[in-house]
Formats: sequence, C-alpha cells, structure tokens
Amino acid sequence: MPEITREDVAHLARLAHIDMSAEELDRMTGELSVIVDSIKTVSEVAGDDVPATSHPIPLSNVYRDDVIGETLSNEEALSGAPDNADGRFKVPAILDGE
Amino acid sequence: MSTATADILSFEEAMEKFDPVLGFEVHVELNTRTKMFSSAPNAFGDTPNTNVTPVDLGLPGVLPVINRVAVESSIKIGLALNCKIAERCHFARKNYFYPDTPKNFQTSQYDEPIAYDGSIDIELADGTVFTVEIERAHMEEDAGKLTHMGGATGRIQGAEFSLVDYNRAGVPLVEIVTKPIVGAGERAPELAKAYVAAIREIVKNLGVSDARMERGNVRCDANVSLKPKGQEKFGTRTETKNVNSLRAVEHAVRYEIQRHAAVLDGGGTITQETRHWHEDTRSTTAGRPKSDADDYRYFPEPDLVPVVTDDAWIEKLRSELPEPPAARRKRLQADWGYSDAEFRDVVNAGVMDSIEETIAAGVKPATARKWWMGEISRRAKVADVEPAELGVTPALIVELQGLIDSGRINDKLSREVLDGVLAGEGTPTEVVAQRGLEVVSDDGALLEAIDGALAAQPDVADKIRGGKLQAVGAIVGGVMKATRGQADAGRVRQLILERLGVEG
Repeated sequence: MPEITREDVAHLARLAHIDMSAEELDRMTGELSVIVDSIKTVSEVAGDDVPATSHPIPLSNVYRDDVIGETLSNEEALSGAPDNADGRFKVPAILDGE
Repeated sequence: MSTATADILSFEEAMEKFDPVLGFEVHVELNTRTKMFSSAPNAFGDTPNTNVTPVDLGLPGVLPVINRVAVESSIKIGLALNCKIAERCHFARKNYFYPDTPKNFQTSQYDEPIAYDGSIDIELADGTVFTVEIERAHMEEDAGKLTHMGGATGRIQGAEFSLVDYNRAGVPLVEIVTKPIVGAGERAPELAKAYVAAIREIVKNLGVSDARMERGNVRCDANVSLKPKGQEKFGTRTETKNVNSLRAVEHAVRYEIQRHAAVLDGGGTITQETRHWHEDTRSTTAGRPKSDADDYRYFPEPDLVPVVTDDAWIEKLRSELPEPPAARRKRLQADWGYSDAEFRDVVNAGVMDSIEETIAAGVKPATARKWWMGEISRRAKVADVEPAELGVTPALIVELQGLIDSGRINDKLSREVLDGVLAGEGTPTEVVAQRGLEVVSDDGALLEAIDGALAAQPDVADKIRGGKLQAVGAIVGGVMKATRGQADAGRVRQLILERLGVEG
C-alpha cells in the first residue's frame, strides 16, 4: 500500500471542503500514515482466499415494500434550513456543479 | 481550450476524414410508488419539499432502506438489455459537494452494478441493424432540483442564489452505460437517436418507468470522440450532458462530430470536458473540464446491506417480462401481412399501437392501415399532434367502416363524417343523420336525377344507346353532382343502363 503524503492529505482536505493549516496537514499526514500501516497488517493476515467485505454484519436483502409512508410537511422540511424562499431551500449560487 | 463559438466542419467532410466513436449514459427514473431508500412518494409536480422524509434530507442519524420493487425493476431492465445479473452487489457512496444532494454524497453503485455485459439490436429507420453493447446498468438515486434565481432567467451564469426542491431527491434511477460504439460512421447521429428511443421504448414496455423525456424520466449524456480514418486508438472524448429529447440527441451528436473534426483538422486537440447542449442555437458550449475534483472517493455504503440474487428470483422476474418491442413488431407485421415498407411507415408514423387496437376491434388490417396512415394521419399533421392524440378510437373506426360497408355512406362522405365526429358532433351515425350525409338509395330520387342528366347530355345518351358504355361515366358524374356526392355510384350506373335499355 502506498504511503500517505502531505499532498494526498491536502488533496483530500480540498475535496472534503475542509480548511486545514500547515501544522494540521503535517500532523494529519503522520496520523493517517499510522492508520494505513495498521491496515497493512490486516492485509498481511487476509490472503487471497478471504473475500473483500463491504459490511461487517452477515446480512443481505433487507428491503422495504413499495408503500408510501409518513413525510415531513414543507414547514418541517425547511425548519432546519438557514434560509428559505418559496417553500424551497435557499442556497448561494454555486458554479461548477454537476 | 475550445471556445463557445468553435467553427465546425461540414458533416460530409468530417466523415471523409474521421470515424466517430459514441458512448451513452442514459438515466431512467423508475415509476415506483416510493423513493429508492425512503417511503416518501415518488411523484412529479407536487408542492416543493413535501415528498420528503428525514432520509431524503440527509438529516443526522437516519437509516435508508432499499425499495424492493426498485431492485426488481432494475433487474428487469438488466434482463431486457440481455445483461448478466450480479449474484451479489452493493451500493456505494459517490462523494461530492453540491446543493442538489443534501447528504453530500449520492448513493449509487460503483464496482458492482446490478446488471452488466448486455447488448441490444438497434434498428434504424431504413431497417439497418446495429448491435450496441451494454457495459452496465446500475441503481442509484436522483438529486434535488435547483432553480437559479436572479441574473439571467434560470441560468446559473449571473445567478444570485438558488432554490432547492428535494421532492426528486432519492427517486430511483437506473443508469445504463454503453460500451464504446464503433463503426456507425455517417449513421452515428441517427443511431444515437434510435438508441435512446429504443431504451425509452424498452423501459416503457416493461412498465418500470413513465419514460416521458419532457419530464426528465429518461435523460441522456452523449459521449463523442473522433479518430482519424484507419486509426485504432480512440481520440479524446467530450460528454454532452442532459440532452433530453430524441431530436436533440441526434443534433448534439452531429454537432459534436463536426466540432471535433474542425478542431482536429486544424491541428488542435480536444479538451476532455463536459459540454452543454443549447436547443436554440443547436450547438454546445464548454462546461467543466475533467479535473481532480472528479475524484468521488467511492466507498461501500455502510448503511445498506448487499443485494443478493438467486436463480429463483431472477427467473420469476424474467417470467414477468412482456414481449420485447422488437419481437412484437415482427409478430404484428407477419400477422397483418404488411410489406416491410408499409410496416416501417406505420412504425415511423407512430400508429402501430392504434392499428393493433383497431384490428382487435374487428377491422381488417388493410382497412385499419388505410384509416390511420391516410385520413387520421393527415388530420394529425394539420393539427400538429400525434395521430393517437386526435381522439379517434377503434370503436369509431369500426362504426365508420361499418357505414361504408353497408353502403349507407361512401368513402368521400366518410371523410366528412370523420370531420363531424372530430368536431364533437357525436357518433358517426349521429353525424350522418345530422348533416344529412346518407347515400341516396331511394331509386325514385336517383331516377329523377338520372333523367335530368340524360336530358342535359342527349348526345352522350345516344352514344350509350349505341353501345359505348365508357360514356356512362359522364352521366354518373352528372348524377353525383346533382345529389352532392350522396349517391352510390355503382347503383347509379346500373339504373342508367336499365333506363336506356342497354345490357351492362
């Protein structure tokens, strides 16, 4: 597994919209490297015969019937929003979205 | 970097120099009653932010639960596209920051789509068939709807703020991704349109989506790249987003081919980027270039357990699939005895379903085709609507044709009757009575008109007496004129000959 570099951390911070100082980047690079090293130990134990897992609990096919349930009212939906207008959430215009 | 006003090469010249490679991502909104991961209604056009639950708003501590019907609809789409169905797959988080998703991630599938490795045959208008390979079809959720306010109307450019409605957030989507489509050549724009039309037809036929493009139920991202003739390696592609009508898909692909060709022919390079389609100018402008911000950091969704399928479940769903549209067309053409050209015209005119219903109501195939391709299509064209939207029912055609077959009206009068029915004057029989359109079958009235016509053209009468039977037409014409077309021409001819004592 590749080492975590300071650039990797800066890149992830930017993607996650987290503002980090130079000191924080340094500290986080060290801490994340420790975590990566720990995971490496797990990789050594788990050979090719152990399938990758995406979920710790051995459950599958948990479904809901396609039946309409309770919804929030418009007022409830907007109650936590910093701003709203016309029954909708009001947000700053953000360019460059999908 | 390309500009908004990039020159384009003529399509013909582009085709002489380059081979186009296409790829499509089509998003299909499922018509389940509820959303993908919450029990909020999946409905269009309701009051904003009322079809929402804490799950759809991404409130802290919520747990999503998968909609079983959405999974089954996705499997059906996979089966209809001749895909393999994953024995086991999971959902993944696609992380990005934009107000259309309040969770800051879209729940999607990444390395394990529900369906993969399929193919469908696409038939173009002239009958040419292209096979399009399907890479994958995966399950995900739709995003909320943003309206940009202030500045230009609804455009993000110059907007001061945006308003968000999360009614659409969490609506089940299936994204269908093709493998690169090579070898379409100059048919590429046509194939693009036909492919999206086929996907729309398939999901509509399956009953898993309302498939209304104008409502965004089926949305297409079109990838285009060019490679110089003879070159194996693909060129750099652009992705034109949200091309949301069949005509626009064809135009957008054609435009991008011409634009790429101009850039490459001029020694330039194509920037890998998204493009925006503009219906008004029928051109694209540069969107966002591909960048490291496209690092979505997918990881398995920890709040949802895997989807595991078995043969019994898949075979049960397979047994519920309706007849595929292409197979149905083949069967109907054989049943009705239409020629290839006749049948293609019927399909292209969008009247196949109407003809099927009309025949089921008891009308002969040739007669049903005559009505739908003739009088009804003509009126639809004038009214600028689809033939099926005119309000002509199979029962109406049965009645109208019955009036003709019984000799009460003739073909010419039937057109007037149809006008009357479409004008809301009642049933065909009522219109015949009210407008007095019945064929004159009273021999007395006809003989009176015949005597008048014979007297008006004595020389013609003499010719007929002398055995020149082709002259009868002139007298018949006079009688039809006198009765304003409301006579049975065959009966009139018979009576004229009897009147003149000539053997017919």
